Amino acid sequence: MIPGSFSYHRPKSVAEATGLLAQYADNARVLAGGQSLIPMMKLRLAAPDHLIDLAQLAELKGIERKGATLHVGAMTTQHELIASALVAETAPIMREASLLVADPQVRYVGTLGGNLANGDPGNDMPAIMLCLDATYRVLSRDGERTVKARDFYKGTYATALGEHEILTAVEIPIPPAGHGFAYEKLKRKIGDYATAAAGVLLTAKGGTITSCAIALSNLGDTALYAETAGAAVVGSSLEPAALAKAREAARAIMAPAADTRGPVEYRTYVGGVMVERALKRAWTRAKN
Amino acid sequence: MAKEKVRMSVNGREIEALVEPRTLLIHFLREELNLTGAHIGCDTSHCGACTVDLDGKSVKSCTMFALQVDGAGITTIEGMAHADGSLSALQEGFRMEHGLQCGFCTPGMIMRAHRLLKENPDPSEEEIRFGISGNLCRCTGYQNIVKAIQYAAAKLRGAPQKEAAE
Repeated sequence: MIPGSFSYHRPKSVAEATGLLAQYADNARVLAGGQSLIPMMKLRLAAPDHLIDLAQLAELKGIERKGATLHVGAMTTQHELIASALVAETAPIMREASLLVADPQVRYVGTLGGNLANGDPGNDMPAIMLCLDATYRVLSRDGERTVKARDFYKGTYATALGEHEILTAVEIPIPPAGHGFAYEKLKRKIGDYATAAAGVLLTAKGGTITSCAIALSNLGDTALYAETAGAAVVGSSLEPAALAKAREAARAIMAPAADTRGPVEYRTYVGGVMVERALKRAWTRAKN
Repeated sequence: MAKEKVRMSVNGREIEALVEPRTLLIHFLREELNLTGAHIGCDTSHCGACTVDLDGKSVKSCTMFALQVDGAGITTIEGMAHADGSLSALQEGFRMEHGLQCGFCTPGMIMRAHRLLKENPDPSEEEIRFGISGNLCRCTGYQNIVKAIQYAAAKLRGAPQKEAAE
């Protein structure tokens, strides 16, 4: 398969990139790792006239701790996230989820920013950012702004990102030491998008849960932040009643598509199972 | 669309060429350089038959534009044998352990295993299976492919080898 014709741009600075994006407006696409965009272009589901490759922009790369925040450049690859000792130490849920994204070849090239900005509900990293309450840094020719991950996702392939804007970095509040975490992903085969997946990040003290964030992948038009479900286990020791309450609260907001991964009822059912498993595993890992 | 200049090193050979921006790396390798070892299998980034090594990364050359690799170094299956023509440890392993049947997936399997062993010279069976999870084989299943990679890993570590049966 051969994509449609386009002009290729490789800006040397972020300012040049945002300038090109403003100049070509809705006929341009930003190219990060290309592991979603290039297949779409080959299928001619995407046919931009201008492709703006961000590969040369070193300032969009890298993982850095800034006080209580983990700063991750948008062009950081999944492979780099997995290899990072800093990520493993401060936000291990990112590593756990990255290992479940696609396959090794895709992870060498695919980027965190691409995964987050694409707006595909099947992408794994948005749910992780919802759990971590991350903030996205967004840049255009007119300046920079920030958007909370929890306000970013509007619909399938629809996000808060304007057509002149580039996602440049993610700021993650580092969860407290001893927090519990898990990302449970049911998939048909290794490398597949989730049939249903759930991420959990929780803290505990004196044998009870003090905070809990739950988010879901591929169980709606966007990644879903299951706020009520998380609140349902706070103050509990994850007794069966609290677990069931969280599971059912999460199921109540699921609206998966019926597709080759299964009918709506099945995906909603296993979505609840993923929530339950992720909660149990996160609880086991949490240090009181 | 106007062609643009691309430079890369392929199997140690310096290449300079003009390509259309939409030219995929796999098409450039196969059609411009006549390196037909990397295969087009699924053409949708699933099967890994097009895998090549790009500056220390295994990549699917069907999901990358030739212009993206400007200035980079690429190794394909054609660059794996030793200078005297003798087989590399991985190629020998696939032969000795019958790691192929039709052979279509083999160039991608070997290029992926090449990078896997560079990163992890002594992988467990589980690590090998996880490491080649982006490569599909439709003939034999994966048992002998895993054995072939184990053979190469052992040989590269200097462990004793079984004799070839000619």
